[in-house]
Amino acid sequence: MPEEERKDMPTSVLKNDITKPNVRTTTFTIDGRERPANLAGETCTCAVIHSENFSLHYGSKAGVQNITMDIYPCSVTAIIGPSGCGKSTFLRSINRMNDLIPHVHTEGKLLVDGHDIYDKHTNLVNLRQQVGMVFQKPNPFPKSIFDNVAYGPSLQGVRNKGELQNVVEQSLRAAALWEEVKDDLKKSALALSGGQQQRLCIARALATKPRVLLMDEPCSALDPIATGRIEDLMHQLQSTYTIVIVTHNMQQAARVSERAAFFCLGELIEYDWTSKIFSNPAKKETEDYVTGRFG
Amino acid sequence: MMNDGNVTLTLTPAADSPRPLVLTPGQDLRGYLAALLGRAFLFFLTFSSVLAVMLILVFVVIRSLGFLSSSSLMEFLASQSWRPTADPPVFGALAIIVGSLYVSLAALVFAVPLGILAAVFLSDMVSWKVRNVVKPIVEILAAIPSVAYGFFAVLVLAPWLQREFGFSTGTNALNASLILAVMALPTIISVAEDSISALGRELREASYSCGATRMETLLRVVIPAAHSGIIAAVVLGMMRAIGETMVVWMASGNAPQIPHPWWDLAQSVRTLTATIAGEMGEAPETSLHRGALFAMGVLLLLMTLGMNIVSEYFLARAKKAGGKA
Ligand SMILES: Nc1ncnc2c1ncn2[C@@H]1O[C@H](COP(=O)(O)OP(=O)(O)OP(=O)(O)O)[C@@H](O)[C@H]1O
Ligand SMILES: [Mg+2]
Repeated sequence: MPEEERKDMPTSVLKNDITKPNVRTTTFTIDGRERPANLAGETCTCAVIHSENFSLHYGSKAGVQNITMDIYPCSVTAIIGPSGCGKSTFLRSINRMNDLIPHVHTEGKLLVDGHDIYDKHTNLVNLRQQVGMVFQKPNPFPKSIFDNVAYGPSLQGVRNKGELQNVVEQSLRAAALWEEVKDDLKKSALALSGGQQQRLCIARALATKPRVLLMDEPCSALDPIATGRIEDLMHQLQSTYTIVIVTHNMQQAARVSERAAFFCLGELIEYDWTSKIFSNPAKKETEDYVTGRFG
Repeated sequence: MMNDGNVTLTLTPAADSPRPLVLTPGQDLRGYLAALLGRAFLFFLTFSSVLAVMLILVFVVIRSLGFLSSSSLMEFLASQSWRPTADPPVFGALAIIVGSLYVSLAALVFAVPLGILAAVFLSDMVSWKVRNVVKPIVEILAAIPSVAYGFFAVLVLAPWLQREFGFSTGTNALNASLILAVMALPTIISVAEDSISALGRELREASYSCGATRMETLLRVVIPAAHSGIIAAVVLGMMRAIGETMVVWMASGNAPQIPHPWWDLAQSVRTLTATIAGEMGEAPETSLHRGALFAMGVLLLLMTLGMNIVSEYFLARAKKAGGKA
């Protein structure tokens, strides 16, 4: 990122390592492949997500069907499509969040770093720690603001009070919430407004230091200023993270993402560079949707 | 699905002439009267049930006054010797008060951890299908009459305890508190499970997405979030244990003594409820003995009241700490 763009960032964000995910060697990373290089040419440690004929059914009802796509590391990928088309379903498949829903079964493959996460030997704790998630509905814990953000780090064994405070502050700053809550970290997270809760959940996901960040409509309840700051955050993170964002806001998809996938009725219709999806899509459905002629 | 725009829209405003937005005086009066009537009716219902409880309370207190004024309150609360038929009679209820608290607390020590574990197990570890079979069965256990539990305590548990552990008697504090624990368990499990499973999937997902194991999710998120329901469950279980009469009468051995050493559950004890039920028939009307039994009733009331206050306090504190808005 050029130096002049960084000027208006709070200094602590620059100093901190929130933009650099922890790189750990875990049982979860089992491929011996070369790490892909990002645009600047330096090797990056982001995860590659590869989906091959992936389908997920809720009982007999299909959530997504035959999704085949590669999600590239060190970039932002947007998933767009009409309501109910399976965007959340696919996103939640990437960290196996659909496991808790009864009668869900999957077919096909979904690989993270070359490892099929639907394999029964997958270490789910490590998977979810590395593939963080911001849910469509804000779901803070009924705890204080501080405890919400400190939850992930404390699970990873961080006990030192100062260290926790540092992570909490950095995460809240990055999620553009710090100024509003810094005097009130002991307050219940449930007393925050909807948009504040959404940013709190972003901060909570960041504090876990994942390598992949899945964001399901993270700005749906935010004003333009907060939205702008979350988008800045994504720009800032994308050199080191793999980010997948679901959004109903076409301008947002165009602004933040490098590639975009258009889903419709549980299927992947088109997946290409964002600029191409918005200016010159290959499929008629995509064109209808992005130009607002859908439905 | 993209182009079924051929459905014609027939949604028009409801009435041609819009209804007036101002109430007429007649409507005003009728609305006022209806609200008043409804409120009076509900007030009457609430008031009469509260009144019934109050009357019982006043009755018990008044009947105990004769005893409390003529006899020494100090002796009642501090002496361990309960000899109502001796001459002169001695009314020392300390051992019995301690016995009541003793078996109920011991029952809770058995029942609370087990009950919470079972509730968590039902809500989070087994499939929804299994839970829907097991939970009603557990709830039926709460409806078994206590005398049936009493039979079980006397005929099965007592000989078994005597045989396996070599106790001198099988009807003792251990027997009574085990049976009380079994009786309190269904209530604790059912109420705690309701509050734990009411929390919903989103909360658990939030925890898992931070890289928590199931154990961490349960201990650090689910159980703290359900604290109010769990405390309510424990209080209900405690009430059941301390107010229970039939089972403790049959299972506790009915010896008015404080176990010595205090942790020796193998000794017989006696509770307030069993004493009242057992001696009410023999105590002549207007006698000091009768008054002493009523005083025990007042004590029981005070105990449950105190328990309620303590649980309210813990609830308020847990609420503050858990961060309910
Ligand atoms: N828990 C569930 N149980 C059963 N069916 C579900 C469940 N969640 C989603 N579905 C179904 O799967 C389909 C895809 O839902 P999904 O939530 O992925 O849509 P979406 O694209 O995220 O929509 P939106 O933009 O409204 O959030 C829908 O038809 C929905 O009814
Ligand atoms: Mg969705």
